[in-house]
Amino acid sequence: MGTLKVTTPSDREIVMTRVFDAPRKLVFDAHTKPDLVKRWLLGPPGWSMPVCEIDLRVGGKYRYVWRQDNDGTQMGMGGVYREIVAPEQIVNTEKFDEAWYPGEAVDTLLLVERAGRTTLTQTVLYESRAARDAVLKSGMEKGVAASYDRLAELLASTKR
Amino acid sequence: MHDVHRLDATFAALADPTRRAILARLASGQASVTELAHPFAMSQPAISKHLRVLERAGLVSRGRDAQRRPRRLEPKRLGEATRWLERYRRLWEGNYRRLDALLERLKTKENKWEP
Repeated sequence: MGTLKVTTPSDREIVMTRVFDAPRKLVFDAHTKPDLVKRWLLGPPGWSMPVCEIDLRVGGKYRYVWRQDNDGTQMGMGGVYREIVAPEQIVNTEKFDEAWYPGEAVDTLLLVERAGRTTLTQTVLYESRAARDAVLKSGMEKGVAASYDRLAELLASTKR
Repeated sequence: MHDVHRLDATFAALADPTRRAILARLASGQASVTELAHPFAMSQPAISKHLRVLERAGLVSRGRDAQRRPRRLEPKRLGEATRWLERYRRLWEGNYRRLDALLERLKTKENKWEP
């Protein structure tokens, strides 16, 4: 479908924009109904999402836990809903169990529908520039890079 | 860690819209401070200040011509910064591709229930 655009419009933000070929009601459901969230919000290959709890009301909490199925490594995060305008906007806080960036971040999900298609804009506002940059650099330390490293090793060994 | 500090400077430099516009202008060829100041309705000292930030971040360098002192883009450093963004993008692109597939399934399900 659409291409994902990632930008850093200010020194504390990361913004992602992408178009989905579906009405926004469905995109909203896919972000707020646990049995749907679990089917796509998984991160790098090999991870599943055994825990997804959502109390969708202002002041309500959500809790996500991912698990790497190979070695059992778990990663959890959660936060509180600050604003809910269904099916248009959600503002919530996010904090990882193992703090790999300082402080708490605030996520804003905005869904705009036009002719049956939905433009998603996800903004993550970090407490500091250092926190934002830590997230951008994390690709290296976290799972993504690990699998690319394995791939690189594999390619290097088969070349010979 | 040298790399990390350098990257901090690069992202900080990229976080300003005027500086991004200057980089976009330099992507189409080198330019003097006067030429750069022109489209921005900004004083030359203000542009020079932005250029100093970009130079410190290694994103812009000065050309040889002593009179014009043209500034030019250093694409290598810009490439380092965009590679970080690219990693983040790839992770989310995977998620959103799965979401595409899920939405397709939800759409057909919904249509079936319609009278």
